[in-house]
Amino acid sequence: MKNILGNINKAFDHRIRLGIMSVLVVNEHADFKTLKELLGVTDGNLASHAKALEKEAYIKVEKSFIGRKPNTKYSATKEGRLAFEKHVAAIEKLLRT
Amino acid sequence: MSIEDYLKDLTEIKDMMHKSSRFFSLSGLSGILAGIYALIGAAVGYYIVSTHTRDYVMISEEAFRYIIIDLALVATASIVTGLWLSYRKARKNNESLWNSSARRLAEALLVPLITGGIFIIIKIYQQHYGLTGALMLIFYGLALVNASKYTIGNVKYLGYIEIVLGLVCAIVPTFGFVFWSIGFGVMHIIYGSLIYIKHDR
Repeated sequence: MKNILGNINKAFDHRIRLGIMSVLVVNEHADFKTLKELLGVTDGNLASHAKALEKEAYIKVEKSFIGRKPNTKYSATKEGRLAFEKHVAAIEKLLRT
Repeated sequence: MSIEDYLKDLTEIKDMMHKSSRFFSLSGLSGILAGIYALIGAAVGYYIVSTHTRDYVMISEEAFRYIIIDLALVATASIVTGLWLSYRKARKNNESLWNSSARRLAEALLVPLITGGIFIIIKIYQQHYGLTGALMLIFYGLALVNASKYTIGNVKYLGYIEIVLGLVCAIVPTFGFVFWSIGFGVMHIIYGSLIYIKHDR
């Protein structure tokens, strides 16, 4: 039991962070607006949770301009994918016990 | 966190993965309407050919031009209706129509479709138009199978049906007209209704 809980990742212990990761593991990348629409959160909320994941190096942020409009693109890093997979596997294991 | 919370997490993960990778605004009603347009178009086409002196049409003749116009009208009306109703559905669900899943869907759909379209036009100009109906069905079916992973409603099976109809149509090209009407008319109405019942209401 202790071992399983060890694999549950604190960084994903929030609905919005979980949502961001779920979207990014099945999509090559997603921009700020898409994530906002999908998760149904405010700008500030999304930005702060994305920041937290970025700090863990689980996601990569690319800022660019489309015309004059700033565009922020998020993608999952290799470590992020791995950590997320482990996290999901741990939850599944926990539910089976 | 309790067990229920973790269960909720898993559901949320699955939901997000699904929602973010598929185009959900596909409108069932537009499928039904496209089917009706195709049947009307087929009836008009049948009228053009049957009032013609022979029961086949040569590319140089005026009747051939009418059939091309007829086809173009069916295609344009179907596309416009599809885009308009999908736009309405997207707005109702508070999503934008032109998101990344829509882009992927469009690309998956258009590559086989445009390839097929150009191929058919080339064959027509080489006077090989006996298989036009079969080719339209086959390329449309391939486009649907290819695009189905980016949208809802098991469009894959509609694709398989269109491919089979196209192949059978190639064996008996004299009934091309019948198969075309089934593939583009009847099947669209059936599939549109299924999507409408399952996802639109």
